[in-house]
Amino acid sequence: MKTLSKDPLNVLVAGVGGQGNVLLAQILGQALMREGFFTVVGDTFGAAQRGGSVASHIRISKDIEYSSIVPKGHADFILGMEPSETLRVMGEYSNPNTRVVTNPRIVYPPPVISGAAKYPDIDELLANIENYSRKLWVVNATEEALKMGNRLYANTILMGATIGTNILPIDRSSVASIYEEKFTRPDLFEANIKALDLGILLTQGK
Amino acid sequence: MTDIDMDAPGKIDLLLGNEAIARGALEAGVGFVSAYPGTPSSEIIPTLADVAKQNNIYVEWAANEKVALESAAGASFAGIRSMAVMKQNGINVALDFIANLQMTGIEAGLVLLVADDPGPLSSSNEEDTRIVAKWMDFPLLEPCCAQEALEMTRWAFEISEQCGLICMVRTVSRIGHTRANVSMGDLPRFEKKAYFKDTWNMYNPAKGIHCTVGGPLVLHPEKIRKFAKVKGIFENAPKEFNWYEGPENPELLVITSGVSYIYAREALEILKQGKKIGILKLGTIWPIPEELVIKHLLTTKQVLFVEELEPFIERNVMELAATLPAGSPRIEFCGMRTGHMRGYGDVNVDLVIDALVKINGGSYEPRDSKYSEELSALTQMNPERPWELCPGCPYRPFFWTLKNTLQLDGRDGFALDDVGCYTLGAFNSGYWQGRTSHAMGSAFGVSCGLGKLRQFGFKQPVLAMVGDSTFFHAAMPALASGVWNRSNFIGLVMDNSATAMTGHQPHPGLEKNVMGESAKPISTEAVCRSMGCRVEVCDPFDMEGTKNALLDLIEDDDGVRILVVRRVCELVRARIEKKAPFIMHVDIEKCIGEDCGCGRVCTRMFHCPGLMWDEKTGRSAIDEVMCAGCGVCADICPRGAIIKEIT
Repeated sequence: MKTLSKDPLNVLVAGVGGQGNVLLAQILGQALMREGFFTVVGDTFGAAQRGGSVASHIRISKDIEYSSIVPKGHADFILGMEPSETLRVMGEYSNPNTRVVTNPRIVYPPPVISGAAKYPDIDELLANIENYSRKLWVVNATEEALKMGNRLYANTILMGATIGTNILPIDRSSVASIYEEKFTRPDLFEANIKALDLGILLTQGK
Repeated sequence: MTDIDMDAPGKIDLLLGNEAIARGALEAGVGFVSAYPGTPSSEIIPTLADVAKQNNIYVEWAANEKVALESAAGASFAGIRSMAVMKQNGINVALDFIANLQMTGIEAGLVLLVADDPGPLSSSNEEDTRIVAKWMDFPLLEPCCAQEALEMTRWAFEISEQCGLICMVRTVSRIGHTRANVSMGDLPRFEKKAYFKDTWNMYNPAKGIHCTVGGPLVLHPEKIRKFAKVKGIFENAPKEFNWYEGPENPELLVITSGVSYIYAREALEILKQGKKIGILKLGTIWPIPEELVIKHLLTTKQVLFVEELEPFIERNVMELAATLPAGSPRIEFCGMRTGHMRGYGDVNVDLVIDALVKINGGSYEPRDSKYSEELSALTQMNPERPWELCPGCPYRPFFWTLKNTLQLDGRDGFALDDVGCYTLGAFNSGYWQGRTSHAMGSAFGVSCGLGKLRQFGFKQPVLAMVGDSTFFHAAMPALASGVWNRSNFIGLVMDNSATAMTGHQPHPGLEKNVMGESAKPISTEAVCRSMGCRVEVCDPFDMEGTKNALLDLIEDDDGVRILVVRRVCELVRARIEKKAPFIMHVDIEKCIGEDCGCGRVCTRMFHCPGLMWDEKTGRSAIDEVMCAGCGVCADICPRGAIIKEIT
C-alpha cells in the first residue's frame, strides 16, 4: 500500500458547474479506493446544473471513513479548474501548508458579463493564490486542450497535473487503468492518455 | 464503472450512497420499485433500471410520489418485496395514502426510501421527514454512511415484513450524493412469485390485506399492536446500527444518528476529546430503543444532541428522560433547545466543534487568524457566481420574450413560477420573471384563484408556468378545477422534453421509459384540449413567433388558455447531436460597443454565459469554451453584429 503524507489527506476540486469536476473527483476517488484507501468523495453544488460554484471534497485515510466535507482550514491539496473558484475554496479550506494546482482559464460569472461586478486582475489573483499557499502550480489546461482540438481534454490534463505533483498516493497507472474501462473507443482512450501524460509533465519535478 | 449487481460478496467498490441503497434493495430481493425524480434521491431508480431485466425486477418512474407508493403497495399486497423512492417534498404528496396504508398494513416487505435535503443543496424547503414516522407510527432507520445505507435498506425489507408495516429509510444529500467504499453482500436466490391472496376479513385484522372503510376501530388497535412489535425488534437491533463508543462514564454524552455521527466523531478526533466524551450512535430512530438510551443516560450528567433540522432525537430522548428512576442524577441536556445546535441547514464538523467548545470552554482555531482575515478579505472581492441557466437553454430566450411582451402589453401582467429548471425564471438568469414559486404544480393552482378576481376589479394578465414533467405530477387537477370554474389565466407548459433539473428522467409525455422500453407518450396539448382549453405551441428560439403567440393569448381574455413552450433541453440535444448547431462570432467592425446606444443589450441585459465583454477592445465577444452555439444572441443584437455560421 502506498503511504499517505498525512491521515486523513484532504483534497478539494473546485470549479464551475458544467466544467466536469464532479466526474474528475469521481475518477480520482476510484483510483484512490483501488489503492486500498478509505475514500470519500462529497460534492457541494447549487440548484442549477451549470454555472454555479461547485467543489468536490475528497477525504483519504488508511483507517476509517471521514465525513464528506473537509473541515474549515484543513485542505492539504486544492485542484482548481477556474482561478476565482480556486481562491473561493481557499477562503474557507486552505492553510499556509496547502498546495494548489490551478487552471488560469477564466469562466466569467454572469454579474461580470453584465457589468455588475468586476473580475479580479488575473495576475493579481494568481499571485494571491501563490502567497497564501505553500506551493502553486499554474497549469494552462484549457489552452493546452484547445491545442489538442477539444476543450474537454482540460480535465484529463489537470488529472495528470495532479499525479505529477506527487501529493496523492496514486500514479499514472492507477488512473490509466480506469480510463481504459471508461473509454472503450481506442482513439478516445489514446487521446486521453496523451493528455494525462502532458499534464504529468507540466507539474512533475516542478 | 460499477456493476451494481455483481455477484461478488465482500468486494469493495466506490459507490454513491444512492447506488449503495440500490444494491441493498437488490440484496433484499426487491421485485418492484416505483418513484418520482427528486434530488437527492434520483440516482436510485436509474441504477436499478440498468440491471432490472437480468434480475427480474420491475422499475418505473410514476407520475408522482403518491402513485409511486400506491404502485409499490400493490406489488406488496401480491407478495412482491417493493420499494417507493422520493425526496422530502414527495412524502407530503404520498401522505394521504400513507395514513390509510398504515391502518391496513402490508404483505411483502415495503420500504419507503425518503431522501431529505438539509442545507438545502437542491430543494425549496428543509422539511424533516423523520417526524412523519412518529406521526404515522412506522419504523424508521437512518444510515450514517453508504455502507450502512446498503445494510439498512436490506434490513428494512425484513423489518417491514416482520411487523406488517412500511419501513422507512431516511437518507440525506450528504449520504446519497457521497461516494465511499462499500462492501457488497450476498445476492438472493429466491423466486419472486406474485399472487393476491384474498384473505380479507375485517373482524380478523391479523390476517391478509384489509380495507380501511368501516374498519378504523378494529384496525387502529391492530396498528398499535404491530408498532409495539417494532419496539422489541429495535431494542435488539444489530450492533452495527446502534452502538456506543467512549469511556464508561463520559463527562459528556453525544447522542446522534445518521451523517451527524460522522461529524461528531471527527470533531472529537480534532479536539482530542475521545477519552472524556462518549458517542451513542443510533440507527433505529423511531421507535427509539428505550432501554439502550436509558442505560447510557444513567452513565453521564451532560448530554449533547447532534442532529440536523428538527430536534427529533432531542425531544424523544428528553421525553424518555422523564421515566428515569427516582433519585437518578440530574442530566443537563444541550442541543437545539439550548442554542448549542442550530435548527436549520446541514451539520458539519465545524458546527459540532463550536458546540463542544461552547460547552467545555477553551477555543479552537483551525488556522492562523491573520492568515484567515487576509484571505477572507481577498475572497470577498471575488465576484459571486449565482445560479444560471445553461448556455443554449431554451428557457433563457423564453424569459427574455416574456419580459418584453409583458412590458409591451403594459397592464402589469405577471408570471407565476413552479418547480424545475424554470424556477430560475425567478432570478437574474430569467430576468426576474417568476413572481411566486411554491410546491410542484402550485403555479396553476394559485392562478386558479388569481383568475377569479374580476369581481374585485382585478385586470392584470396572469401566466402560470409548469414543466412538462410537473404537468403530469400535480398540475392536471388544478387545470381541471380552473377550467371548470371558468378561471382566467394562461398556462405555460415549459416543455424541454425531460425532467431536466433532476437529471433528465423520462415522464409520461416521452417515448421511452426508464427501462429503455418504448412507451406511448401522452400529449399535453391533447390533455389540455380535452379539458376545453385553447392550446397554442411555440418554439422559444423563435422569439418573434413566441411574442405574437403570447400577445394573442393575452388578448383572448377568456378562460384557461395554454401555450406549450417547446424545445428540447440543450444538454439532451448536445448529447444526441454531439455538435453545436452554429459557430458564433462577433463582427468587430459591426459591433461599436458603448457607442451603439443599445446599452450592451447582449451582455448587460441578455447576459448568456457564452458571451463576454472584452474590456480591451470595448466590444462584445463569444467565449468559445462556454458558448453552446444556439444562435439566439444573433437575434438579440440590434446591429446584427453577432454572426452565426452553420457548423
